[in-house]
Amino acid sequence: MTTADLRAPEKPTVLRRGPSRLRRRESAAAWVLITPFVVLFLLFLVVPIVYSGYLSLFREQLVGGNTFVGLENYTRALTDPSFLSGVARMALFLLIQVPVMLGLSLVFALLLDAGVLYLQKVVRLGIFIPYAVPSVIAALMWGYLYGPDFGPFAQLADKLGTSAPPFLSADWMLFSLMNIVSWEFIGYNMIILYAALRSVPRELFDAAAVDGAGTVRTAWSIKIPAIRPAILLTVIFSVIGSFQLFNEPSILRNLAPNVIGIDYTPNLYAYNLAFINRDSNYAAAIAFILGIVIMVVSYTVQLSAQRKERAAR
Amino acid sequence: MTTIRATAEPVLTGIPRETPPPPRRRRTHSSDQPRRSKLLTIIMIVTLLYFLLPLWWLVVASTKSNADLFTSFGLWFSGTNSLWANIQDVFTTQDGVYLLWLRNSLVYAITSAVGAAFLATMAGYAFAKYRFRGGNLVFSGILGAIMIPTTALTIPTYLLFANAGLTNTPWAVILPSLVSPFGVYLMRVYAADAVDDTLIEAARVDGAGELRIFFTVGLRLLVPGMVTVLLFALVSTWNNYFLPLIMLNSPDLYPLTVGLAQWQALAAGGSGSRALFSTIITGAFISIIPLVIAFLFLQRYWQSGLASGSVKG
Repeated sequence: MTTADLRAPEKPTVLRRGPSRLRRRESAAAWVLITPFVVLFLLFLVVPIVYSGYLSLFREQLVGGNTFVGLENYTRALTDPSFLSGVARMALFLLIQVPVMLGLSLVFALLLDAGVLYLQKVVRLGIFIPYAVPSVIAALMWGYLYGPDFGPFAQLADKLGTSAPPFLSADWMLFSLMNIVSWEFIGYNMIILYAALRSVPRELFDAAAVDGAGTVRTAWSIKIPAIRPAILLTVIFSVIGSFQLFNEPSILRNLAPNVIGIDYTPNLYAYNLAFINRDSNYAAAIAFILGIVIMVVSYTVQLSAQRKERAAR
Repeated sequence: MTTIRATAEPVLTGIPRETPPPPRRRRTHSSDQPRRSKLLTIIMIVTLLYFLLPLWWLVVASTKSNADLFTSFGLWFSGTNSLWANIQDVFTTQDGVYLLWLRNSLVYAITSAVGAAFLATMAGYAFAKYRFRGGNLVFSGILGAIMIPTTALTIPTYLLFANAGLTNTPWAVILPSLVSPFGVYLMRVYAADAVDDTLIEAARVDGAGELRIFFTVGLRLLVPGMVTVLLFALVSTWNNYFLPLIMLNSPDLYPLTVGLAQWQALAAGGSGSRALFSTIITGAFISIIPLVIAFLFLQRYWQSGLASGSVKG
């Protein structure tokens, strides 16, 4: 990783025995400092992964208890329409919501960075504030806003003599969810990108300005390439977040149980398998496959970004 | 609106903001005389409505009685102010269980955040300042874990905890929240710059042990980075829904998110529980106040922290 370049340059060793004793002392201190974290890391991250891998190879039977079934749970998952439709729905969600959300975040970040707005601070904070609202509360609130009973959309439409779009219907639900997630996270991503823009050396932009490049040109051909790592970070975090979608659909499910079924998202499905069906072995397999899908997608994003970067040079 | 009031207040009362004024820091470049655009500002203010109107609705709705919710327009106050009655309802419904939820949320979030920040700081410092056998390998492992979807891990973690008899205890929520791989990464990046190697060297010459150096020299310099990690751990635990939902059975142990979701399901489901709407909305409003305030007052920390996390990746 990046350890090597962060270290201070190798100190010329005066005493041969000194440094080696120092090295041993350093090594001991380092392990003392990292051990608490590493122990918890192993217990609550590594062990659950291994355990769910182990569980996923078994099946609980009424007669005979736990039996080893090999990859049966996996073949079952890969042919399970409930699981597959959930993954497909999340892929669709990701393909539409992530570009829209990050596109807006980037535009807002560039506007703030270019200093073309009055009331910069108010704008920045106002867009960010929804991030401080827990996703459960956000979903609950939007659920009421969408609702036909006392939602302002319905009230406004009623005054105008029409009816509001059926936000909680089967056709609209996915977009309604996209809206909630975007509302929560545009500001968060904007701040990441804005912070990255602020740390790009200003001379780079000044040179461009001298060359007569306009604000938009500078943004497109200098600023955006300069913050590529930050953009990549937001893309990957968004990919991970989308596939794991649970809170928002599980809250809206209370309002529209016929639209959001138990298999609406893979996580919702795994939850129902584990706690309603009591089929923890199969739930473990689903969780495992979902984890793999997410890792594969985010590594693909990363690799393709790196390849593009190399090609651009 | 809370946001606007809080940001405008220092201006009105003439109290200087606690954050250093931005112009002196970086705005010494070409946009000293930014070509500010009224048109773009107006467009952004309109955009801001999208982010703030839902919260405005929440504030307005929490001043209404259940009947007024249905009869008055959502985005403006009704004739009578029922805020106080609603607050009383929030804290007395079901024998005042809301207060327990509030306390639980605070306990879980603060314990997890302080623990996570401290563990991440120790480990990050060690990775940044010591070169030791196995260090790179362990750090790569931690870095790789940033990508692991935590929600996919939650069900296996539950199954493990169930075997250990830890479910339905506060530990079930706190322990998994102590592990923040991203926090370690952030603190490593931060420590590399914030703690000067020569300081460590000088302390060694004075005969201080490595751990003493960390606690007396390192920790003090790492405080800003640590606060950032703390803040983000605080948000993620405060907002967590999936983990406590799975781990906890007794309502007395619920955090706010799980409790409010339960009330929402109750109100959506039953005809007799309809009177809960105003209580839920007011409860939701109260629940977002602590974090919004925390974010407003700790701006310096989250902004700089996000910067160091995203730029050097």
